[in-house]
Amino acid sequence: MFATFQARAEAVSAEVHRFVTRLEALAFLLDFLRAESVADAPGSYAVWADGPFLTGLDRTDLARQVPGLRFDVTRETSAAAKIGIGQVDFAIADTGTLVADSTAVEERLVSTLPAIHIALLPAGEIYPDLAAAIALLNPRRSPYLSMITGPSRTADIERVLTIGVHGPKRLAIVCIDELEGRR
Amino acid sequence: MSHPFRESIQTALHNPNLSKALGRFSEAYRISRAKAYEGIDFESVRARIVAHKAWAAAHLEELAGEFTRQAEARGAKVFRASGSAAVTDYVLGVARARGIRAVVKSKSMASEEIHLNRHLEAAGIAVSETDLGEWIVQLAGDRPSHMVMPAIHLTKEQVAEIFSHEVNRRLASDIPQLVEVARRELRGKFLAAGLGITGANIAVAETGSLVIVTNEGNARLVTTLPPVHIAIVGVEKLVASFAEIVPILTALPRSATGQLMTSYVTILTGPAPNTDGTAKDLHIVLMDNGRSKMAGDGRFREALQCIRCASCLNVCPVFRLVGGHVFGKTYTGGIGTILTAWFDRLRQADDIQSLCIQCGNCAEVCPGHIDIPGLILELRRRLVAERGQPVVQRAAFSVVNNRPLFHSLLRAASVLQKPVAQQGFIRHLPAFLGDLCEFRSLPAIAAKPFRDRFAAIAQPPGREKAAFFAGCLIDFAYPEIGEAVVKVLNRGGISVVFPAGQTCCGAPARYAGAPQAAAESAAANREALLAGDPAYIVSACPTCTVALKEDPQLAGRAIDFSSLVASLVNRGRLTLASTEDAGPVTYHDSCHLKRTLKASGPPRELLQKAGYRLSEMYESDMCCGMAGSYSLKLPEISAPILERKLENIAASGAPVVATDCPGCALQLRGGLDKAGSLIQVRHTAELL
Repeated sequence: MFATFQARAEAVSAEVHRFVTRLEALAFLLDFLRAESVADAPGSYAVWADGPFLTGLDRTDLARQVPGLRFDVTRETSAAAKIGIGQVDFAIADTGTLVADSTAVEERLVSTLPAIHIALLPAGEIYPDLAAAIALLNPRRSPYLSMITGPSRTADIERVLTIGVHGPKRLAIVCIDELEGRR
Repeated sequence: MSHPFRESIQTALHNPNLSKALGRFSEAYRISRAKAYEGIDFESVRARIVAHKAWAAAHLEELAGEFTRQAEARGAKVFRASGSAAVTDYVLGVARARGIRAVVKSKSMASEEIHLNRHLEAAGIAVSETDLGEWIVQLAGDRPSHMVMPAIHLTKEQVAEIFSHEVNRRLASDIPQLVEVARRELRGKFLAAGLGITGANIAVAETGSLVIVTNEGNARLVTTLPPVHIAIVGVEKLVASFAEIVPILTALPRSATGQLMTSYVTILTGPAPNTDGTAKDLHIVLMDNGRSKMAGDGRFREALQCIRCASCLNVCPVFRLVGGHVFGKTYTGGIGTILTAWFDRLRQADDIQSLCIQCGNCAEVCPGHIDIPGLILELRRRLVAERGQPVVQRAAFSVVNNRPLFHSLLRAASVLQKPVAQQGFIRHLPAFLGDLCEFRSLPAIAAKPFRDRFAAIAQPPGREKAAFFAGCLIDFAYPEIGEAVVKVLNRGGISVVFPAGQTCCGAPARYAGAPQAAAESAAANREALLAGDPAYIVSACPTCTVALKEDPQLAGRAIDFSSLVASLVNRGRLTLASTEDAGPVTYHDSCHLKRTLKASGPPRELLQKAGYRLSEMYESDMCCGMAGSYSLKLPEISAPILERKLENIAASGAPVVATDCPGCALQLRGGLDKAGSLIQVRHTAELL
């Protein structure tokens, strides 16, 4: 299932990484932020929406390790951020799709405004197809549901596929075996 | 056909960017669509869509009521609007009450249908389309030319020009840079807008949910950043249950753009929090605007099964030449013709319905399984009923229905054509008829029609009897095809009779929206063909076969030539095996044989068994542009379609092109003769 998911997600220009533990993933994330020159300046922030991944982690310490990493996700900080990080609920293998209840506006801000979106996915939460995914959703409890398949794209000028028009230009999916789901 | 309409066709045909872009797209689309559906049973997906959407179309009122209850229970305000004025008034009311000065929109055909932008701008409210293509078209003061790719008619140089004007500096025509400019310019507008307007691809009655599909991510920003959201949704977007979104979301991206899934699918159910912590002020306008009336029409209700994927545009041989600008203001292509007739008015569809060449490509790929060509024909019939048959046409059909008169006129023409006919072709006609053979030669009328030659054919006694329906072309232009048919059937143990009372099959009248005239021909044919109680009624013209099969009394016995011969071969009654290599041949599928009679296999099988090497041409099943009188009414469209077909034939390398349709043969022979080509066109019967 993971192999199919990875292949399909990569086919639509998403980057897929997999780690066993949360700490390994965290090390990867911090390196990623540094490599992308996250800094404490408008335009260079990284905003991270709350979620199970962050449970028990010392956010002040993380922000000290990477200046510009912020956990106060607002319209302003997100619009000035280069990277947005948030956790998603599950994934669909055969289309490479991420599915999230993004009723919390912070979830939407980190996944729409920054140029790079990093999605944290519990590796055990990958389902075969759309029908299986839709069966898991309860719209009555989740006013805003998002399905995300690769980064933002357009082919509106001369049908040339161009990545990153209004939403993220890069989608990095970080799958973690030992991550608790939100569902 | 009106003068401005004819001019719009000319403008489109003379826009090389448009036809090049659309032509390339239609070729790429076929491949990407097929790839996207790999591992998916398209027929079963569309059967589910049809089941859900047909039920919904029959229960619009009930579903709208349930949707309203559910959405309101979750905090949305639902407004039901019967006409376009009610929608604009409502939107303006919300905008005024909230003091809104700036609006961002994600793509909504429903809002285009009612020209919402114009009304908002007139009220002093700035509106920005945010879908890249729609924004380009908005800045250019232009109209979308395609439902899914609104700016496909513009080049990157033109877009650079439009954007340069907008940002007041000179931009290069580099696509990624232009996209980046749009991102920056529109980002400010997203953040500043007080109101976001969207459409919806699906509305779920069971839960009061809206489903919005985009690739750019603009709908996510439109529904997240402004504190107020108005969704304008046509009632035909309603489905009963949440699970019913599965087949629609399976088909929509695959059929629209050849994607397995669009980048974003947003499912909204009641207000979500705004960025300042307040709840979204969410308004849903359920718009009728002609849809209930359509649902009440037994014939047209099925058009509400449309999921707006625009695949009918992408496979249309006419659309890929002329693009969307010649169609109605909002909805284009085959389905657009039908929707324009209902959402605007019937007369508005008068010119555009004539564009349909009735090839059936669209019906084959439609995820809503809508009989688009059939509905366009029905529009044609109703238009004729409303404004009457044109005098010339009426006179023509009354001649056709008077068989002795019709046939003596054809005989007279065979004598009168002598000064202009050479080697079986008419290559030039006097000036006033010159258009008719500008791009292809016409066949000369045979000196002796098939009906006069038939008696002279010596037939061995056979085990079964078949009545041969010649049709006008074989009878009067290509009698040698008829002779070949008789010979092949004789070899399979069938003796052929030619009932002399047969007349035109009625198809020309039917396709001109005059089913009454067609019915009169059908009655004469029924009597003539059933007289000797034949086992088969065989025709070597697929269009005639389709017309015969439409008569319930003939349907069981009517069969096209190749299907009958293939069944004789399969039953061991006829052997075609040839010891020598008969050489390469390429095959052109006639629209009616391939898509109505579903018989693309038999002729190929027969040709190969007869020793021919099949060298398939590209797009073998694409219309040749003949379509009966279409090539006379719209020669400017028929000619380039033919030109493309001839290129594909030549590229196959075969010296012979086979087809089962004498109409296609007329078109192909005429085009090849005009081009001075040595490629021969043969009916399958002549090659066996």
